[in-house]
Amino acid sequence: MVRLLQIEFIKLWNNRASKILITSYFILLTSIALIAAIKFDIGPVKFHLAEQGIFNFPYIWHFNTFVTAIFKLFLAIVIVSMMANEYSNKTIKQNLIDGLSKKEFIASKFLTVISFSLISTVFVFVVSMILGLIYSDYNELSIIFSDLEYVFAFFFKLVGFFSFCLFLGIFVKRSAFALGFLILWVILEQIIFGILGWKFTTWEIAQNIKNFLPLESMQNLIKEPFTRLSAVQNIGQQIGEDMSFDYQVYWYEFLIVIFWTALFIYLSYALLKKRDL
Amino acid sequence: METILTVQHLTKKFGFLTAVKDLSFTIEKGNVYGILGPNGSGKSTTLGIILNVVNRTSGSFCWFEGNTSTHEALKKVGAIIERPNFYPYMTAVQNLKLVCKIKEVPETKIEEKLELVGLLDRKDSKFRTYSLGMKQRLAIASALLNDPEILILDEPTNGLDPQGIHQIREIIKKIAAKGTTILLASHLLDEVEKVCSHVVILRKGEKLYSGPVDGMMASHGFFELRTTAMDKLRELLEKSASFGKITQENGTLTAYLKEEMQAEELNKMLYDKGLVLSHLVKRKESLEEQFLTLTKNN
Repeated sequence: MVRLLQIEFIKLWNNRASKILITSYFILLTSIALIAAIKFDIGPVKFHLAEQGIFNFPYIWHFNTFVTAIFKLFLAIVIVSMMANEYSNKTIKQNLIDGLSKKEFIASKFLTVISFSLISTVFVFVVSMILGLIYSDYNELSIIFSDLEYVFAFFFKLVGFFSFCLFLGIFVKRSAFALGFLILWVILEQIIFGILGWKFTTWEIAQNIKNFLPLESMQNLIKEPFTRLSAVQNIGQQIGEDMSFDYQVYWYEFLIVIFWTALFIYLSYALLKKRDL
Repeated sequence: METILTVQHLTKKFGFLTAVKDLSFTIEKGNVYGILGPNGSGKSTTLGIILNVVNRTSGSFCWFEGNTSTHEALKKVGAIIERPNFYPYMTAVQNLKLVCKIKEVPETKIEEKLELVGLLDRKDSKFRTYSLGMKQRLAIASALLNDPEILILDEPTNGLDPQGIHQIREIIKKIAAKGTTILLASHLLDEVEKVCSHVVILRKGEKLYSGPVDGMMASHGFFELRTTAMDKLRELLEKSASFGKITQENGTLTAYLKEEMQAEELNKMLYDKGLVLSHLVKRKESLEEQFLTLTKNN
Protein backbone atom coordinates (compact mmCIF):
# COMPACT_ATOMS: atom_id res chain seq x y z
CA MET A 1 0.00 0.00 0.00
CA VAL A 2 2.85 2.34 0.84
CA ARG A 3 4.40 1.46 -2.52
CA LEU A 4 1.23 2.41 -4.40
CA LEU A 5 1.05 5.73 -2.56
CA GLN A 6 4.72 6.41 -3.26
CA ILE A 7 4.15 5.75 -6.95
CA GLU A 8 1.33 8.27 -7.06
CA PHE A 9 3.29 10.74 -4.95
CA ILE A 10 6.20 10.73 -7.42
CA LYS A 11 3.78 11.36 -10.29
CA LEU A 12 1.97 14.22 -8.54
CA TRP A 13 4.72 15.98 -6.70
CA ASN A 14 6.99 16.30 -9.73
CA ASN A 15 4.23 18.01 -11.68
CA ARG A 16 4.45 21.72 -11.12
CA ALA A 17 0.77 22.45 -11.81
CA SER A 18 -0.43 19.78 -9.36
CA LYS A 19 2.07 20.93 -6.77
CA ILE A 20 0.81 24.52 -6.97
CA LEU A 21 -2.85 23.47 -6.85
CA ILE A 22 -2.34 21.15 -3.90
CA THR A 23 -0.38 23.76 -1.97
CA SER A 24 -2.94 26.48 -2.68
CA TYR A 25 -5.71 24.16 -1.60
CA PHE A 26 -4.20 23.59 1.80
CA ILE A 27 -3.37 27.27 2.18
CA LEU A 28 -7.01 28.07 1.40
CA LEU A 29 -8.14 25.50 3.97
CA THR A 30 -6.12 27.33 6.56
CA SER A 31 -7.31 30.68 5.34
CA ILE A 32 -10.75 30.05 6.71
CA ALA A 33 -9.20 31.41 9.88
CA LEU A 34 -9.07 34.74 8.10
CA ILE A 35 -12.85 35.00 8.36
CA ALA A 36 -12.14 35.81 11.97
CA ALA A 37 -10.51 38.99 10.78
CA ILE A 38 -13.63 40.28 9.06
CA LYS A 39 -14.51 43.44 10.97
CA PHE A 40 -16.64 46.38 9.99
CA ASP A 41 -16.24 49.50 12.02
CA ILE A 42 -18.35 52.20 10.43
CA GLY A 43 -19.07 54.71 13.12
CA PRO A 44 -21.96 53.40 15.19
CA VAL A 45 -22.11 50.05 13.30
CA LYS A 46 -19.55 47.71 14.77
CA PHE A 47 -19.49 44.26 13.25
CA HIS A 48 -17.00 41.54 14.02
CA LEU A 49 -17.91 38.31 12.27
CA ALA A 50 -15.99 36.13 14.69
CA GLU A 51 -18.16 37.44 17.50
CA GLN A 52 -21.44 36.57 15.77
CA GLY A 53 -21.13 33.04 17.05
CA ILE A 54 -19.87 31.35 13.90
CA PHE A 55 -16.89 30.02 15.83
CA ASN A 56 -18.90 28.69 18.73
CA PHE A 57 -18.57 25.01 19.51
CA PRO A 58 -20.23 22.88 18.27
CA TYR A 59 -21.59 25.09 15.48
CA ILE A 60 -18.05 25.66 14.17
CA TRP A 61 -17.81 22.01 13.07
CA HIS A 62 -20.83 22.51 10.89
CA PHE A 63 -19.82 25.92 9.56
CA ASN A 64 -16.19 25.15 8.78
CA THR A 65 -16.79 21.78 7.14
CA PHE A 66 -19.46 23.36 4.95
CA VAL A 67 -17.38 26.36 3.88
CA THR A 68 -14.08 24.54 3.31
CA ALA A 69 -15.80 21.90 1.19
CA ILE A 70 -16.11 24.58 -1.50
CA PHE A 71 -12.34 24.49 -1.99
CA LYS A 72 -12.50 20.83 -2.98
CA LEU A 73 -12.73 21.98 -6.58
CA PHE A 74 -8.99 22.64 -6.53
CA LEU A 75 -8.26 19.04 -5.73
CA ALA A 76 -10.93 17.93 -8.18
CA ILE A 77 -8.85 19.49 -10.96
CA VAL A 78 -5.74 17.72 -9.69
CA ILE A 79 -7.51 14.38 -9.51
CA VAL A 80 -9.21 14.62 -12.89
CA SER A 81 -5.94 15.57 -14.57
CA MET A 82 -3.85 13.00 -12.74
CA MET A 83 -6.15 10.39 -14.24
CA ALA A 84 -6.68 11.91 -17.67
CA ASN A 85 -2.97 12.67 -18.12
CA GLU A 86 -2.17 9.00 -17.75
CA TYR A 87 -4.20 8.51 -20.89
CA SER A 88 -2.93 11.50 -22.85
CA ASN A 89 0.72 10.72 -22.02
CA LYS A 90 -0.03 7.02 -22.56
CA THR A 91 1.86 6.39 -19.36
CA ILE A 92 -0.95 4.15 -18.15
CA LYS A 93 0.11 1.73 -20.87
CA GLN A 94 3.73 1.91 -19.77
CA ASN A 95 2.74 1.46 -16.11
CA LEU A 96 0.86 -1.73 -16.96
CA ILE A 97 3.71 -3.01 -19.13
CA ASP A 98 6.16 -2.30 -16.34
CA GLY A 99 4.21 -4.68 -14.14
CA LEU A 100 1.53 -2.68 -12.34
CA SER A 101 -1.73 -4.62 -12.39
CA LYS A 102 -4.93 -2.83 -13.34
CA LYS A 103 -6.20 -3.37 -9.83
CA GLU A 104 -3.07 -1.82 -8.36
CA PHE A 105 -3.39 1.11 -10.74
CA ILE A 106 -6.91 1.95 -9.55
CA ALA A 107 -5.90 1.22 -5.96
CA SER A 108 -3.03 3.71 -6.14
CA LYS A 109 -5.41 6.39 -7.40
CA PHE A 110 -8.08 5.58 -4.83
CA LEU A 111 -5.54 5.56 -2.01
CA THR A 112 -4.47 9.02 -3.13
CA VAL A 113 -8.09 10.16 -2.98
CA ILE A 114 -8.41 8.73 0.53
CA SER A 115 -5.17 10.43 1.60
CA PHE A 116 -6.24 13.79 0.21
CA SER A 117 -9.58 13.52 2.00
CA LEU A 118 -7.99 12.37 5.23
CA ILE A 119 -5.39 15.13 5.28
CA SER A 120 -8.08 17.72 4.47
CA THR A 121 -10.24 16.42 7.29
CA VAL A 122 -7.40 16.52 9.79
CA PHE A 123 -6.55 20.02 8.57
CA VAL A 124 -10.09 21.29 8.97
CA PHE A 125 -10.36 19.61 12.35
CA VAL A 126 -7.18 21.25 13.65
CA VAL A 127 -7.96 24.70 12.21
CA SER A 128 -11.51 24.63 13.59
CA MET A 129 -10.30 23.45 16.96
CA ILE A 130 -7.82 26.31 17.22
CA LEU A 131 -10.35 28.91 16.01
CA GLY A 132 -12.95 27.53 18.36
CA LEU A 133 -10.64 27.60 21.33
CA ILE A 134 -9.87 31.24 20.60
CA TYR A 135 -13.35 32.57 19.81
CA SER A 136 -15.92 30.12 21.15
CA ASP A 137 -18.18 31.23 23.96
CA TYR A 138 -18.49 27.68 25.24
CA ASN A 139 -15.38 25.74 26.13
CA GLU A 140 -16.65 22.71 28.00
CA LEU A 141 -15.14 19.47 26.70
CA SER A 142 -18.54 17.86 26.20
CA ILE A 143 -19.62 20.75 23.96
CA ILE A 144 -16.35 20.89 22.04
CA PHE A 145 -16.64 17.25 21.08
CA SER A 146 -20.32 17.20 20.24
CA ASP A 147 -21.58 17.29 16.66
CA LEU A 148 -18.35 15.74 15.39
CA GLU A 149 -20.38 13.83 12.80
CA TYR A 150 -19.88 16.87 10.55
CA VAL A 151 -16.16 16.11 10.45
CA PHE A 152 -16.85 12.52 9.41
CA ALA A 153 -19.40 13.72 6.91
CA PHE A 154 -16.75 16.05 5.50
CA PHE A 155 -14.40 13.12 4.98
CA PHE A 156 -16.99 10.98 3.21
CA LYS A 157 -18.18 13.90 1.14
CA LEU A 158 -14.64 14.47 -0.16
CA VAL A 159 -13.99 10.78 -0.81
CA GLY A 160 -17.25 10.51 -2.72
CA PHE A 161 -16.67 13.63 -4.77
CA PHE A 162 -13.07 12.77 -5.63
CA SER A 163 -14.06 9.23 -6.60
CA PHE A 164 -16.55 10.76 -9.00
CA CYS A 165 -13.74 12.93 -10.44
CA LEU A 166 -11.53 9.85 -10.73
CA PHE A 167 -14.20 8.01 -12.64
CA LEU A 168 -14.77 10.98 -14.95
CA GLY A 169 -11.02 11.15 -15.63
CA ILE A 170 -10.96 7.50 -16.72
CA PHE A 171 -14.27 7.69 -18.55
CA VAL A 172 -13.58 10.86 -20.58
CA LYS A 173 -9.76 10.53 -20.80
CA ARG A 174 -9.25 14.30 -21.35
CA SER A 175 -9.01 16.54 -18.29
CA ALA A 176 -10.72 19.59 -19.80
CA PHE A 177 -13.64 17.55 -21.10
CA ALA A 178 -13.91 15.63 -17.85
CA LEU A 179 -14.23 18.87 -15.89
CA GLY A 180 -16.80 20.05 -18.40
CA PHE A 181 -18.67 16.83 -17.87
CA LEU A 182 -18.58 17.43 -14.12
CA ILE A 183 -20.27 20.81 -14.53
CA LEU A 184 -22.73 19.30 -16.98
CA TRP A 185 -23.59 16.67 -14.39
CA VAL A 186 -24.30 19.31 -11.73
CA ILE A 187 -26.81 20.92 -14.10
CA LEU A 188 -28.17 17.54 -15.15
CA GLU A 189 -29.12 16.64 -11.57
CA GLN A 190 -31.08 19.88 -11.32
CA ILE A 191 -32.78 19.21 -14.63
CA ILE A 192 -33.73 15.68 -13.55
CA PHE A 193 -35.17 17.17 -10.37
CA GLY A 194 -37.01 19.84 -12.31
CA ILE A 195 -38.55 17.49 -14.84
CA LEU A 196 -39.58 14.95 -12.18
CA GLY A 197 -41.24 17.58 -10.01
CA TRP A 198 -42.87 19.35 -12.90
CA LYS A 199 -44.29 16.49 -14.89
CA PHE A 200 -44.14 13.21 -13.03
CA THR A 201 -44.38 13.48 -9.26
CA THR A 202 -44.90 15.99 -6.52
CA TRP A 203 -42.01 18.30 -5.70
CA GLU A 204 -41.56 16.49 -2.42
CA ILE A 205 -41.02 13.10 -4.06
CA ALA A 206 -38.78 14.71 -6.66
CA GLN A 207 -36.67 16.15 -3.84
CA ASN A 208 -36.44 12.71 -2.26
CA ILE A 209 -35.31 11.17 -5.53
CA LYS A 210 -32.82 13.98 -6.03
CA ASN A 211 -31.33 13.19 -2.64
CA PHE A 212 -30.20 9.87 -4.07
CA LEU A 213 -28.29 11.37 -6.99
CA PRO A 214 -24.51 11.36 -6.51
CA LEU A 215 -23.66 15.05 -6.21
CA GLU A 216 -26.84 15.96 -4.37
CA SER A 217 -26.31 13.18 -1.86
CA MET A 218 -22.78 14.45 -1.20
CA GLN A 219 -24.11 17.99 -0.88
CA ASN A 220 -26.77 16.75 1.52
CA LEU A 221 -24.29 15.29 3.98
CA ILE A 222 -23.51 18.77 5.29
CA LYS A 223 -26.50 21.07 4.89
CA GLU A 224 -26.07 24.82 4.70
CA PRO A 225 -25.27 26.19 8.15
CA PHE A 226 -26.16 29.87 7.71
CA THR A 227 -29.81 29.76 8.72
CA ARG A 228 -28.75 28.05 11.92
CA LEU A 229 -26.83 31.07 13.08
CA SER A 230 -28.58 32.80 15.98
CA ALA A 231 -28.31 36.19 14.30
CA VAL A 232 -30.04 34.90 11.18
CA GLN A 233 -32.59 33.04 13.29
CA ASN A 234 -33.45 36.27 15.08
CA ILE A 235 -34.06 38.09 11.82
CA GLY A 236 -36.17 35.16 10.67
CA GLN A 237 -38.35 35.35 13.75
CA GLN A 238 -38.79 39.09 13.32
CA ILE A 239 -40.08 38.81 9.79
CA GLY A 240 -42.14 35.81 10.76
CA GLU A 241 -40.41 33.22 8.59
CA ASP A 242 -40.20 29.68 9.90
CA MET A 243 -36.52 28.79 9.84
CA SER A 244 -36.49 25.49 11.69
CA PHE A 245 -34.64 23.35 9.18
CA ASP A 246 -33.23 19.95 9.79
CA TYR A 247 -29.44 20.13 9.94
CA GLN A 248 -28.76 16.60 11.12
CA VAL A 249 -26.44 14.18 9.36
CA TYR A 250 -28.31 10.91 9.00
CA TRP A 251 -26.75 7.45 8.76
CA TYR A 252 -28.55 6.66 5.51
CA GLU A 253 -27.02 9.74 3.93
CA PHE A 254 -23.61 8.23 4.66
CA LEU A 255 -24.78 4.99 3.10
CA ILE A 256 -25.88 6.69 -0.13
CA VAL A 257 -22.51 8.44 -0.50
CA ILE A 258 -20.57 5.27 0.30
CA PHE A 259 -22.66 3.43 -2.27
CA TRP A 260 -21.77 5.99 -4.97
CA THR A 261 -18.09 5.92 -3.99
CA ALA A 262 -17.98 2.15 -4.31
CA LEU A 263 -19.84 2.28 -7.60
CA PHE A 264 -17.52 4.90 -9.12
CA ILE A 265 -14.39 3.02 -8.11
CA TYR A 266 -15.82 -0.25 -9.38
CA LEU A 267 -16.86 1.35 -12.68
CA SER A 268 -13.38 2.87 -13.09
CA TYR A 269 -11.85 -0.56 -12.62
CA ALA A 270 -14.34 -2.23 -14.94
CA LEU A 271 -13.70 0.38 -17.64
CA LEU A 272 -9.94 0.02 -17.36
CA LYS A 273 -10.23 -3.75 -17.50
CA LYS A 274 -12.46 -3.75 -20.53
CA ARG A 275 -10.60 -1.19 -22.62
CA ASP A 276 -7.74 -1.99 -24.97
CA LEU A 277 -4.99 0.53 -24.52
CA MET B 1 15.59 -25.50 -22.28
CA GLU B 2 13.71 -23.03 -20.14
CA THR B 3 10.53 -21.64 -21.68
CA ILE B 4 9.90 -17.96 -21.12
CA LEU B 5 6.65 -17.49 -22.97
CA THR B 6 4.08 -19.86 -24.44
CA VAL B 7 1.34 -18.51 -26.67
CA GLN B 8 -1.49 -20.84 -27.63
CA HIS B 9 -4.24 -20.27 -30.18
CA LEU B 10 -4.31 -16.57 -29.48
CA THR B 11 -7.06 -14.65 -31.28
CA LYS B 12 -7.95 -10.98 -31.14
CA LYS B 13 -10.88 -9.42 -32.92
CA PHE B 14 -11.55 -5.70 -33.23
CA GLY B 15 -15.15 -5.75 -34.39
CA PHE B 16 -15.13 -7.40 -37.79
CA LEU B 17 -11.39 -7.24 -38.13
CA THR B 18 -9.38 -10.18 -36.90
CA ALA B 19 -6.02 -8.72 -35.92
CA VAL B 20 -4.52 -11.95 -34.64
CA LYS B 21 -5.77 -15.34 -35.74
CA ASP B 22 -5.05 -18.57 -33.86
CA LEU B 23 -1.43 -17.70 -33.16
CA SER B 24 0.82 -20.14 -31.30
CA PHE B 25 4.53 -19.96 -30.60
CA THR B 26 6.99 -20.37 -27.76
CA ILE B 27 9.97 -18.33 -26.67
CA GLU B 28 12.94 -20.18 -25.21
CA LYS B 29 15.54 -18.65 -22.98
CA GLY B 30 18.71 -17.35 -24.57
CA ASN B 31 17.52 -16.90 -28.15
CA VAL B 32 16.94 -13.71 -30.03
CA TYR B 33 13.54 -13.74 -31.71
CA GLY B 34 12.19 -11.56 -34.42
CA ILE B 35 8.52 -11.06 -35.13
CA LEU B 36 8.25 -10.09 -38.75
CA GLY B 37 5.34 -8.91 -40.73
CA PRO B 38 4.15 -6.05 -42.86
CA ASN B 39 2.39 -3.10 -41.25
CA GLY B 40 -0.93 -4.14 -39.76
CA SER B 41 -0.07 -7.82 -39.56
CA GLY B 42 -0.82 -8.04 -35.85
CA LYS B 43 2.69 -7.72 -34.38
CA SER B 44 1.87 -4.92 -31.96
CA THR B 45 -1.48 -6.44 -31.05
CA THR B 46 0.22 -9.71 -30.16
CA LEU B 47 2.76 -7.91 -28.00
CA GLY B 48 -0.03 -5.82 -26.45
CA ILE B 49 -1.86 -8.98 -25.43
CA ILE B 50 1.11 -10.67 -23.80
CA LEU B 51 1.96 -7.39 -22.06
CA ASN B 52 -1.46 -7.07 -20.44
CA VAL B 53 -2.64 -3.92 -22.24
CA VAL B 54 -4.86 -5.49 -24.90
CA ASN B 55 -7.59 -7.97 -23.99
CA ARG B 56 -7.57 -11.23 -25.93
CA THR B 57 -10.68 -12.58 -27.61
CA SER B 58 -9.70 -16.20 -27.13
CA GLY B 59 -6.68 -18.42 -26.64
CA SER B 60 -4.12 -18.24 -23.89
CA PHE B 61 -0.58 -17.31 -23.05
CA CYS B 62 1.59 -17.96 -20.05
CA TRP B 63 4.81 -16.44 -18.79
CA PHE B 64 7.59 -18.48 -17.20
CA GLU B 65 5.68 -21.76 -17.41
CA GLY B 66 2.63 -20.27 -15.74
CA ASN B 67 4.00 -20.02 -12.22
CA THR B 68 3.13 -16.34 -11.73
CA SER B 69 0.38 -13.91 -12.59
CA THR B 70 0.89 -11.79 -15.69
CA HIS B 71 1.63 -8.56 -13.87
CA GLU B 72 4.14 -10.27 -11.56
CA ALA B 73 5.78 -11.84 -14.61
CA LEU B 74 5.98 -8.44 -16.31
CA LYS B 75 8.22 -7.22 -13.50
CA LYS B 76 10.82 -9.65 -14.89
CA VAL B 77 10.24 -8.42 -18.43
CA GLY B 78 11.53 -5.27 -20.06
CA ALA B 79 9.34 -3.95 -22.82
CA ILE B 80 9.03 -0.99 -25.11
CA ILE B 81 5.96 -0.60 -27.25
CA GLU B 82 5.87 1.69 -30.28
CA ARG B 83 6.64 5.10 -28.77
CA PRO B 84 8.44 5.80 -25.53
CA ASN B 85 5.84 6.79 -22.92
CA PHE B 86 7.08 8.72 -19.91
CA TYR B 87 5.91 11.62 -17.79
CA PRO B 88 6.99 14.66 -19.85
CA TYR B 89 7.36 16.93 -16.82
CA MET B 90 9.74 14.58 -15.00
CA THR B 91 13.47 14.16 -15.55
CA ALA B 92 15.04 10.94 -16.77
CA VAL B 93 16.09 9.99 -13.25
CA GLN B 94 12.67 10.76 -11.76
CA ASN B 95 10.99 8.70 -14.46
CA LEU B 96 13.32 5.79 -13.86
CA LYS B 97 12.79 5.99 -10.09
CA LEU B 98 9.08 5.62 -10.73
CA VAL B 99 9.71 2.54 -12.87
CA CYS B 100 11.87 1.10 -10.08
CA LYS B 101 8.97 1.56 -7.66
CA ILE B 102 6.57 -0.17 -10.03
CA LYS B 103 8.93 -3.04 -10.73
CA GLU B 104 9.95 -3.24 -7.08
CA VAL B 105 13.68 -3.13 -7.79
CA PRO B 106 16.27 -1.00 -5.98
CA GLU B 107 17.22 2.34 -7.52
CA THR B 108 20.91 1.45 -7.65
CA LYS B 109 20.92 0.47 -11.32
CA ILE B 110 19.66 3.80 -12.68
CA GLU B 111 23.09 5.34 -13.29
CA GLU B 112 24.49 2.16 -14.80
CA LYS B 113 21.66 1.81 -17.31
CA LEU B 114 21.72 5.49 -18.25
CA GLU B 115 25.42 5.06 -18.92
CA LEU B 116 24.74 2.03 -21.14
CA VAL B 117 22.42 4.03 -23.39
CA GLY B 118 24.61 7.13 -23.23
CA LEU B 119 22.23 9.46 -21.42
CA LEU B 120 24.15 9.96 -18.21
CA ASP B 121 25.03 13.58 -18.97
CA ARG B 122 21.37 14.43 -19.61
CA LYS B 123 19.94 12.54 -16.65
CA ASP B 124 18.48 15.63 -14.98
CA SER B 125 16.81 17.05 -18.08
CA LYS B 126 13.06 16.84 -18.36
CA PHE B 127 11.76 14.09 -20.62
CA ARG B 128 9.91 16.52 -22.89
CA THR B 129 13.20 18.20 -23.84
CA TYR B 130 14.58 14.95 -25.29
CA SER B 131 14.86 14.18 -28.98
CA LEU B 132 13.06 11.10 -30.27
CA GLY B 133 16.30 9.13 -30.32
CA MET B 134 17.03 10.03 -26.71
CA LYS B 135 13.48 9.17 -25.68
CA GLN B 136 13.87 5.79 -27.31
CA ARG B 137 17.19 5.21 -25.55
CA LEU B 138 15.66 6.20 -22.22
CA ALA B 139 12.92 3.67 -22.89
CA ILE B 140 15.58 1.00 -23.37
CA ALA B 141 17.32 2.03 -20.15
CA SER B 142 13.98 1.81 -18.37
CA ALA B 143 13.30 -1.64 -19.81
CA LEU B 144 16.68 -2.84 -18.59
CA LEU B 145 16.38 -1.54 -15.02
CA ASN B 146 15.38 -4.91 -13.63
CA ASP B 147 17.94 -6.87 -15.67
CA PRO B 148 15.01 -8.56 -17.41
CA GLU B 149 14.79 -12.21 -18.38
CA ILE B 150 13.47 -11.08 -21.70
CA LEU B 151 13.58 -7.77 -23.51
CA ILE B 152 10.65 -6.99 -25.82
CA LEU B 153 11.16 -4.30 -28.42
CA ASP B 154 8.43 -3.15 -30.77
CA GLU B 155 9.80 -1.22 -33.73
CA PRO B 156 12.62 0.29 -31.69
CA THR B 157 14.09 2.24 -34.59
CA ASN B 158 10.85 3.59 -35.99
CA GLY B 159 11.10 7.26 -36.88
CA LEU B 160 14.77 7.63 -35.97
CA ASP B 161 17.48 9.18 -38.11
CA PRO B 162 20.40 7.01 -39.33
CA GLN B 163 22.56 7.84 -36.32
CA GLY B 164 19.70 7.06 -33.98
CA ILE B 165 19.04 3.76 -35.73
CA HIS B 166 22.71 2.88 -35.52
CA GLN B 167 22.89 3.72 -31.80
CA ILE B 168 19.83 1.63 -30.98
CA ARG B 169 21.21 -1.32 -32.97
CA GLU B 170 24.53 -1.12 -31.20
CA ILE B 171 22.74 -1.15 -27.86
CA ILE B 172 20.61 -4.14 -28.89
CA LYS B 173 23.72 -6.02 -30.02
CA LYS B 174 25.43 -5.23 -26.71
CA ILE B 175 22.45 -6.57 -24.79
CA ALA B 176 22.13 -9.65 -26.98
CA ALA B 177 25.83 -10.40 -26.45
CA LYS B 178 25.17 -10.61 -22.70
CA GLY B 179 22.84 -13.54 -23.31
CA THR B 180 19.55 -11.73 -22.69
CA THR B 181 16.58 -13.19 -24.51
CA ILE B 182 15.19 -10.64 -26.93
CA LEU B 183 11.92 -10.46 -28.80
CA LEU B 184 12.11 -7.89 -31.54
CA ALA B 185 9.12 -6.89 -33.64
CA SER B 186 9.98 -5.07 -36.81
CA HIS B 187 9.21 -4.71 -40.45
CA LEU B 188 12.81 -3.74 -41.11
CA LEU B 189 14.26 -7.02 -42.22
CA ASP B 190 17.93 -6.25 -42.19
CA GLU B 191 17.47 -5.21 -38.59
CA VAL B 192 16.06 -8.59 -37.69
CA GLU B 193 18.54 -10.45 -39.88
CA LYS B 194 21.47 -8.84 -38.09
CA VAL B 195 20.49 -9.85 -34.59
CA CYS B 196 17.89 -12.61 -34.61
CA SER B 197 18.39 -16.35 -34.49
CA HIS B 198 14.70 -17.22 -34.68
CA VAL B 199 11.76 -15.63 -36.43
CA VAL B 200 7.98 -15.67 -36.28
CA ILE B 201 6.44 -14.40 -39.50
CA LEU B 202 2.95 -12.98 -39.49
CA ARG B 203 0.64 -11.86 -42.24
CA LYS B 204 -2.85 -10.53 -41.60
CA GLY B 205 -2.75 -11.97 -38.12
CA GLU B 206 -1.80 -15.45 -39.23
CA LYS B 207 1.46 -17.21 -38.59
CA LEU B 208 3.31 -18.14 -41.75
CA TYR B 209 6.44 -19.48 -40.16
CA SER B 210 8.10 -19.81 -36.81
CA GLY B 211 11.51 -21.32 -36.18
CA PRO B 212 15.20 -20.70 -36.79
CA VAL B 213 16.14 -18.12 -39.40
CA ASP B 214 18.15 -20.71 -41.36
CA GLY B 215 15.28 -23.12 -41.69
CA MET B 216 12.89 -20.60 -43.12
CA MET B 217 13.12 -21.86 -46.68
CA ALA B 218 14.24 -25.21 -47.91
CA SER B 219 16.67 -23.63 -50.32
CA HIS B 220 20.17 -24.56 -51.30
CA GLY B 221 21.17 -21.04 -52.18
CA PHE B 222 22.40 -19.70 -55.50
CA PHE B 223 25.56 -18.79 -57.39
CA GLU B 224 26.47 -15.43 -58.83
CA LEU B 225 28.79 -15.95 -61.77
CA ARG B 226 30.66 -13.84 -64.28
CA THR B 227 32.88 -14.81 -67.16
CA THR B 228 33.81 -13.61 -70.63
CA ALA B 229 31.74 -16.22 -72.47
CA MET B 230 28.38 -15.71 -70.76
CA ASP B 231 26.30 -17.51 -73.40
CA LYS B 232 28.38 -20.62 -73.19
CA LEU B 233 28.15 -20.55 -69.39
CA ARG B 234 24.39 -20.23 -69.50
CA GLU B 235 24.11 -23.12 -71.97
CA LEU B 236 26.23 -25.33 -69.76
CA LEU B 237 24.28 -24.56 -66.62
CA GLU B 238 20.92 -25.06 -68.29
CA LYS B 239 21.99 -28.53 -69.30
CA SER B 240 23.03 -29.40 -65.76
CA ALA B 241 20.44 -31.13 -63.57
CA SER B 242 21.64 -29.31 -60.45
CA PHE B 243 20.29 -25.95 -61.47
CA GLY B 244 16.79 -24.60 -61.65
CA LYS B 245 16.03 -21.01 -62.54
CA ILE B 246 18.79 -19.03 -64.23
CA THR B 247 18.65 -15.28 -64.66
CA GLN B 248 21.04 -12.77 -66.14
CA GLU B 249 21.25 -9.18 -65.02
CA ASN B 250 23.92 -6.50 -65.41
CA GLY B 251 26.42 -8.95 -66.77
CA THR B 252 26.03 -11.31 -63.84
CA LEU B 253 24.44 -14.70 -64.11
CA THR B 254 22.41 -15.93 -61.15
CA ALA B 255 21.82 -19.66 -61.01
CA TYR B 256 19.56 -21.17 -58.34
CA LEU B 257 20.53 -24.60 -57.01
CA LYS B 258 18.14 -27.50 -56.92
CA GLU B 259 20.49 -29.63 -54.88
CA GLU B 260 23.44 -29.07 -52.61
CA MET B 261 26.63 -28.10 -54.40
CA GLN B 262 29.87 -26.55 -53.19
CA ALA B 263 31.48 -23.58 -54.93
CA GLU B 264 34.72 -25.55 -55.49
CA GLU B 265 32.78 -28.28 -57.21
CA LEU B 266 31.18 -25.87 -59.67
CA ASN B 267 34.43 -24.06 -60.30
CA LYS B 268 36.24 -27.30 -61.08
CA MET B 269 33.46 -28.50 -63.35
CA LEU B 270 33.41 -25.26 -65.36
CA TYR B 271 37.19 -25.12 -65.56
CA ASP B 272 37.23 -28.68 -66.93
CA LYS B 273 34.77 -27.55 -69.59
CA GLY B 274 37.14 -24.73 -70.51
CA LEU B 275 35.38 -21.85 -68.81
CA VAL B 276 37.31 -19.51 -66.52
CA LEU B 277 35.23 -17.48 -64.07
CA SER B 278 36.02 -13.92 -63.15
CA HIS B 279 33.43 -13.86 -60.37
CA LEU B 280 32.04 -16.67 -58.26
CA VAL B 281 29.93 -16.22 -55.14
CA LYS B 282 27.67 -18.70 -53.42
CA ARG B 283 24.89 -17.12 -51.40
CA LYS B 284 21.74 -17.93 -49.55
CA GLU B 285 18.67 -15.81 -50.11
CA SER B 286 18.61 -12.82 -47.79
CA LEU B 287 15.88 -12.65 -45.19
CA GLU B 288 14.22 -9.99 -47.27
CA GLU B 289 14.00 -12.21 -50.33
CA GLN B 290 12.76 -15.13 -48.27
CA PHE B 291 10.27 -12.95 -46.47
CA LEU B 292 8.86 -11.53 -49.66
CA THR B 293 8.53 -15.00 -51.16
CA LEU B 294 6.76 -16.25 -48.05
CA THR B 295 4.34 -13.36 -47.66
CA LYS B 296 3.56 -13.12 -51.36
CA ASN B 297 2.69 -16.65 -52.26
CA ASN B 298 0.51 -17.85 -49.44
